[in-house]
Amino acid sequence: MSAVPDDLQYSKEHEWVRADGDVATIGITHFAQEQLGDVVFVELPEKGATVRQFSSLGVVESVKAASDIYAPISGEVVERNVKVIEKPELVNSAPYGDGWMIKVRLADKGELTQLLSPTDYRSHIGETAGAGGD
Amino acid sequence: MATEAPTMRRTPLYKRHAELGAKMVPFAGYEMPIQYEGIVAEHRAVRGRAGLFDLSHMGEFFFKGRGAGATLDRLVSSDIAGLAVGQARYGLLTNERGTIVDDVIVYRISESEYMVVVNAANIAKDRAHVLARLGEDVALDDRSFGTALVAIQGPRAVDILGSKTDADVRSLPSFGVTQGRVAGTRATLARTGYTGEDGFEVFVANADAAKVWDALLDAGREAGIKPIGLGARDTLRLEARFSLYGNDIDETTDPIEAGLGWTCKLDKEFTGRDVIAAKKAAGPRRKLAGLVIQGGVARHGHEVAHDGEVVGQVTSGTYGPTVEKNIALAYVPTPLSKIGTALAVRIRGKDVPATVVKTPFFRRPE
Repeated sequence: MSAVPDDLQYSKEHEWVRADGDVATIGITHFAQEQLGDVVFVELPEKGATVRQFSSLGVVESVKAASDIYAPISGEVVERNVKVIEKPELVNSAPYGDGWMIKVRLADKGELTQLLSPTDYRSHIGETAGAGGD
Repeated sequence: MATEAPTMRRTPLYKRHAELGAKMVPFAGYEMPIQYEGIVAEHRAVRGRAGLFDLSHMGEFFFKGRGAGATLDRLVSSDIAGLAVGQARYGLLTNERGTIVDDVIVYRISESEYMVVVNAANIAKDRAHVLARLGEDVALDDRSFGTALVAIQGPRAVDILGSKTDADVRSLPSFGVTQGRVAGTRATLARTGYTGEDGFEVFVANADAAKVWDALLDAGREAGIKPIGLGARDTLRLEARFSLYGNDIDETTDPIEAGLGWTCKLDKEFTGRDVIAAKKAAGPRRKLAGLVIQGGVARHGHEVAHDGEVVGQVTSGTYGPTVEKNIALAYVPTPLSKIGTALAVRIRGKDVPATVVKTPFFRRPE
């Protein structure tokens, strides 16, 4: 697993987006889960709820503390990851895979241009291009 | 007398923590490791095998002289007069208002010498409290900043420590204290801890700390010992329902409501005794209750509600990796502290259901 996969877009608050047509999958990054430590609780919006870009969409709690998850893009929630609610540790073990959070129907594809590229996100977290990954 | 340094203090094991990749945080004026590998993995290592803790930030007060026992018996809530050489006891430093100045362990080292281990954040306050109440024929020697404390806790601790010391740790009873050599260095060894597991606390001079740390990590490698940070120390102590000073108890709480009445020997004289005895006789208005929260992690300061009304406050809360539940301690009105009472914890504006449960949340199987 790469620490910053090349096929995703990122927010400064350490969320990732995988856009596929009208629908985008959202999760938190490897860097974010590492900072949080052991995740023990995830709170996500219900299907049908609306999330707004850069507003809080839910919460991840680690043993240490609670942190907001910010929506990297606006849209209607079409699915939430029930598996990650039942097994919050998936956020640590597979942040880009089974640890995803929600899928939304994009309200405005233009918002995607406000996100960071993998290269920009790497420099945002102080990682030099090509380095890292585990 | 030690003076407060303007910058953060480091324990003699600071370099070890850096080498082990620990995340460091400020705690009680020290830079301390909060975690190495991760809180849950470290917590499980202590419950299942063994963990090594740097607790050198803790304070060590030595009381010497013929009057040491009598002074401590008046300063501390528990039965210190009845402590034999080689025994230790948990107790509270209390004030005239009958509230809690600190929680401590008193170790009787010899006929006329006692060591009192105090919380790091309270060292200066406790020193002033004690000096203002010192009796005859006793001197206080505050060795907090020259003494290192390495704790080894968990079911394998006795074997690991046993392989590195000439002290007979296997036959040392719980709350026993003895002198010996660990990794060739002079140490005070006690069968005490803050995890709910069997284990030991090893006190050495700062200069010897790294030697003891290295020897125990090395000796425990096969048994699966891990270095443990303050994060897992907190989850371990909360599962075992040990109070954390500054969170669950402080100078606004009294021993009776905190569930620490058992540490108060009310048929002797000690500071605040009359107030505490009266409180016990009248019955406390509120009690520190154990909660299990159904969804969401309660944290210090969260409100506790009953029928939509705020009735109390969470003092400690976390996810308990061994009990696999979200657990908390909270002060609630005595009638609502009964086991099985349905309450709620206000987490991010929502009332999350919680139930009063029996504590400790975790008890080590015999």
